[in-house]
Amino acid sequence: MGHSELTGELIPRHLNVRVIAKDNLETFLGGLREFGEVFGPVEKERGAYIYAQLTDVKNVVQDAQRTVLPPKKYLYPQKEELFRFSTQEGYRKPESVDKGRKILFGVHPCDIHGLSILDKVFAGRYHEPRYFDRRDNLIIIGMNCLPDERCFCYSMGTDWVEKGFDLFLTELEDSYFVKIGTSCGEDLVHAQAELFRPVTDEDIQLYKERVNERNKMFVNRVELANLPQILELEYESEVWEELGRKCLSCGACSAVCPTCYCYEVYDVLDLNVETGSRIRRWDACLFKDFAKVAGGHNFREERSTRVKHRFYHKQVTFVEEFGRPSCVGCGRCVTQCPAGINLIDVFKEIRGEKVVHKSAR
Amino acid sequence: MPDRVGFDITTARTGFNTFPERVGLDILSERVGKQDPHKPEPARLVRIDPMVEDHWLFQFRFVEERLNREFSYRPGQFVMLSVIGVGEAPISISSSPTRPGMIELCVRRTGRVTDALYRLKENDLVGIRGPYGNGFNVDKLKGNDLLIIAGGLGMAPLRSLVWYVLDNRKDFGDINLMYGARTSGDLLFKNEIDLLLNRKDIKCLLIVERVQYEHRVNWRGHTGLITDLFKHVEVNPKSTYAAICGPPVMYKFVLQKLLELEFSKDRILMSLERKMKCGIGKCAHCTIGYKYTCIHGPIFTYWDAMNLPEMI
Ligand SMILES: Cc1cc2nc3c(=O)[nH]c(=O)nc-3n(C[C@H](O)[C@H](O)[C@H](O)COP(=O)(O)OP(=O)(O)OC[C@H]3O[C@@H](n4cnc5c(N)ncnc54)[C@H](O)[C@@H]3O)c2cc1C
Ligand code: SF4
Ligand code: SF4
Ligand code: FES
Repeated sequence: MGHSELTGELIPRHLNVRVIAKDNLETFLGGLREFGEVFGPVEKERGAYIYAQLTDVKNVVQDAQRTVLPPKKYLYPQKEELFRFSTQEGYRKPESVDKGRKILFGVHPCDIHGLSILDKVFAGRYHEPRYFDRRDNLIIIGMNCLPDERCFCYSMGTDWVEKGFDLFLTELEDSYFVKIGTSCGEDLVHAQAELFRPVTDEDIQLYKERVNERNKMFVNRVELANLPQILELEYESEVWEELGRKCLSCGACSAVCPTCYCYEVYDVLDLNVETGSRIRRWDACLFKDFAKVAGGHNFREERSTRVKHRFYHKQVTFVEEFGRPSCVGCGRCVTQCPAGINLIDVFKEIRGEKVVHKSAR
Repeated sequence: MPDRVGFDITTARTGFNTFPERVGLDILSERVGKQDPHKPEPARLVRIDPMVEDHWLFQFRFVEERLNREFSYRPGQFVMLSVIGVGEAPISISSSPTRPGMIELCVRRTGRVTDALYRLKENDLVGIRGPYGNGFNVDKLKGNDLLIIAGGLGMAPLRSLVWYVLDNRKDFGDINLMYGARTSGDLLFKNEIDLLLNRKDIKCLLIVERVQYEHRVNWRGHTGLITDLFKHVEVNPKSTYAAICGPPVMYKFVLQKLLELEFSKDRILMSLERKMKCGIGKCAHCTIGYKYTCIHGPIFTYWDAMNLPEMI
């Protein structure tokens, strides 16, 4: 116990940590429904997990690997109505703006970082209200996952989190160590206080062992240092031509990426031809017409230039603008690419000696 | 209900509102606020001037009177114009901020949105949002000579600059305008160009590849390619800013000339065009190499542009 410097009030030593028994977790999740709709990873097919509403908390997979789509779909839906319009009155907000509170369980550290990257993109001078309205209504319960052979979050600095969650769970033996990140998270715990117990010295010991072990489990390394410079130097590399021959321009890599955000906007008329909707939909820089302008000129006609663009935008442009790459090393693009393009290999090749130059410089 | 006090996103958000974390956004705009940046403001088409076939000038006024007074912009900035029910297109502002109260856009008929605009009648409703992009940093241009080089539709954004400098004439040194088009019949803003030809405080040089028969008698320009005009002007590259807008092919030859004249690369300002879906740095359609055309551009110095892969 110690005293609060501000009020002199007596506060317990481990104010913002608790322990919950694994057996109690489902009860806890069930109880959360009082605060909003609860979502978490469920198994869709063998080994393929998706985020879905937990109508039955028994379906939740506590140790799920990466979900097919990242949690961005709850903040920035694949397709949404921006406005209703009429030729007489112009554009106005659609009526059905979804304002419900959502609780997302089981968000991995990389995805929490992914959300904070999207926050940066949608904030700024031209602040996106739809995204942040939903963001304010999203409660995040993180989960300290264990890496597989496709994760390289360790290299991207996204393998652990300090903030960006309301609660964050780390597995101990038959319980979870719960870090309370916000006042809101504390309220959630408080509402079902009987399911939690204070942290003991033994728990702390175990927690440290667990996170140290976890740190040793990351097998993939992508060296980020000087990568923007190296990429600039390798702009003409054969590697991009090779990738261009393999890539199918399907856009799967962008759709599943927690930090890909590009979109298109288009109008759809109702049958009366007087009113309609302006729609925003996810786009992908891999699609052929992404950079085509009036007059039919396409700035990225060749497939190789589009694959290259995705890498450069993430690892050079974004770094220049926001101070870090827009990749969190979740391995989703590696998992989903039908052509077997593996970002980790691409960076290794670009950094390494295997690269063949088109022209000697 | 749990409260969200102290969640860092909420604070980040208010922080972001006042100043962007993104670099390179030096543009001023009074209309920064909590409103939805995608929302077009209703405006009416008040006048159509069919200047040249498929290159008409459209004049708009916002429905909300306040906006007509408050809408301020820099020459070289653009708006997103919505033709209701069809879609949006980025269009440079052709009018000058020195003549407020309405917005003029010179639009080439080329596709879905622009076609639909040509079908509208006076008093029809459209949507306009903006102004976007960096525009010309006119404060920086002050005290300098200007060499304004327009090719074809490139005259649309540069007309804004021309009238801006003429309306603030004492702030600028010598002004040379070179304007090239395919034929004498393709010259935009013809009546205004005639006025400029008579003014002593701007040197206006026209060049076309072919003078049409009906224009032969009073033709006051040259024939050939825009680069041929360089022999008719005297510029001091140390005190001159060159502002260029035109079709991609034009840039190559004009840049060559300017570099021969030993212009510093950051005294060459060029307007670049890319596909745009948002105009506000979010949709990522307009990226050139490492920059967003819609916020870092559309006006780039040659120094910035030449360091961008995929520039032209
Ligand atoms: C910063 C900026 C400033 C601009 N300023 C101006 C300006 O002042 N004035 C101006 O007129 N324009 C300007 N533009 C260009 C203008 O934005 C485009 O011409 C406009 O977006 C065209 O929209 P649209 O819907 O009419 O054409 P779209 O329907 O999008 O078609 C554009 C072109 O694509 C081609 N195309 C379309 N569909 C197909 C298809 N299915 N197959 C093959 N080809 C196809 C056509 O050749 C057509 O010419 C500017 C652009 C930018 C980025
Ligand atoms: S680029 Fe691939 S590994 Fe990186 S965040 Fe996106 S999907 Fe994950
Ligand atoms: S998932 Fe693979 S094949 Fe599809 S666009 Fe991305 S890199 Fe190309
Ligand atoms: S037009 Fe959308 S980012 Fe530039």
